[in-house]
Amino acid sequence: MATIIGIWIAAGLTLFIYSFLYKDNHFYKFAEHLYVGITAGYWLIYTWAYTIQPMLLDPIIKNKEFILIIPAFFGIIMLTRWFPSISWLSRWSIAFTVGIGAGLGVTGSIQGFILPQLRSTILPITGFDFATFNNLLIIFGVITTLVYFYFSKEHRGVLGQGAKIGMTFIMIAFGASFGYTVMARISLLIGRIYFLMFDWLGTIF
Amino acid sequence: MKIFEKMSRIDRRYIYILIAAVVIVPLLLKPKLPIIPTKPVKDIFDYVENLPEGSNILISIDYDAASMPEQQPFLEALLRQCFRNNLKPVMLVQWQLGAPLGTQGLEKIAKECNAEYGVDYINLGYRPGYVAQMVGIGREIRDYFAVDYKNVSVDSFPIMKNIHNYNDFALLVGLEAGATYLLWVEYAGGRFKQKIALALNAVSAPDAYYFYQSKQIIGIVGGMKGAAEYEMLENKPDLAVAGMASQSYSHILIIIFIIFGNIAFFVEKNRMKKEGGK
Repeated sequence: MATIIGIWIAAGLTLFIYSFLYKDNHFYKFAEHLYVGITAGYWLIYTWAYTIQPMLLDPIIKNKEFILIIPAFFGIIMLTRWFPSISWLSRWSIAFTVGIGAGLGVTGSIQGFILPQLRSTILPITGFDFATFNNLLIIFGVITTLVYFYFSKEHRGVLGQGAKIGMTFIMIAFGASFGYTVMARISLLIGRIYFLMFDWLGTIF
Repeated sequence: MKIFEKMSRIDRRYIYILIAAVVIVPLLLKPKLPIIPTKPVKDIFDYVENLPEGSNILISIDYDAASMPEQQPFLEALLRQCFRNNLKPVMLVQWQLGAPLGTQGLEKIAKECNAEYGVDYINLGYRPGYVAQMVGIGREIRDYFAVDYKNVSVDSFPIMKNIHNYNDFALLVGLEAGATYLLWVEYAGGRFKQKIALALNAVSAPDAYYFYQSKQIIGIVGGMKGAAEYEMLENKPDLAVAGMASQSYSHILIIIFIIFGNIAFFVEKNRMKKEGGK
């Protein structure tokens, strides 16, 4: 019975949201506000149940891991941004976060992105097969796209032609992204219509 | 000429009705369209298929309800393949709102395959931290996941006995709706050389192909189409396969709209040019 009630609520809210396609209305607004509210509530419960309790309170109370009071303190002073007279305290936490982020980011980018991507652009171009043509296309695409983003000299002559070709490669990438985006949005519609047709109407017929 | 003028000013609601029709009719009539698995999808399937029995697979749920139709079918197909091959899925969650979806999929397929919790699979639940967590797992997973999603110590489960860090996972599969996959590639892949497979929402999929070309990931499952291909490989057509006919016909309709829209645009532009010249 609980499942059926859940299905009916979900179906009703789906129809409320889709009613916006006709025009803005109170049903749509109700569903939208409900969604935002529930998401915020859900988020709060999850933060308590999966972060604060198991990673802070339980270790301090049960395991006497008092060292965790230090990160908890930094977390709390982040909230001082709401009080202008002591908001400077939050900079300590921000500095800590930025420092860790930058440190991890620099090494991570080099190890994870720059070197592997550079390596994968150094490709063999000797031979007369499709793989060689593909490699040539990749190298040509990378160089011309980089030329497009070179702004220290006016895009004229060879540089201008290279930039134009680079822009064509970028446009092809945008086209692929657009195609995939259409597919993504239609997939979501299919998911909802499938739910309405088979799960919801299935409870009636 | 008037027809093009009308076409360029058509009420968008007619377009919505047409799109709804091309989605609903194929779902009802169920026409059979060929679904041929592509190489990036097949690479993941073959890799998982060839793993030795008992291998652990780390599955990261990095999506929420908005991506459910794209990600859930793949999750279920992957879990079926894992249990069929006696592989051990270890699930964790990076997106809080994805936790119930991951749990729902895992429990459904585990029940279907008679898998036992804590022995054949485990659900570690959500933890915050992203990068810190990904780097931390490289040292010891218990630093972040000392307890499972029900707050039970992970050491009480046999499956976790030999799991400590990335060295103990044969594969990391990220089900991704946003940009979390970049962090997996950057830290788990770049720093710890963890083998990674990605199932991406169609919106994100084109941006990840260069990781496939550079062999930083072993394969890509792109959106509902990728999930349909995986369902076909697993020989268990489900929701993704059911939706592919609607997907194809709606794409044809959108292509027609684009062609007509462009013709109308240029005809109108030409007409205005001529009128301006008079």
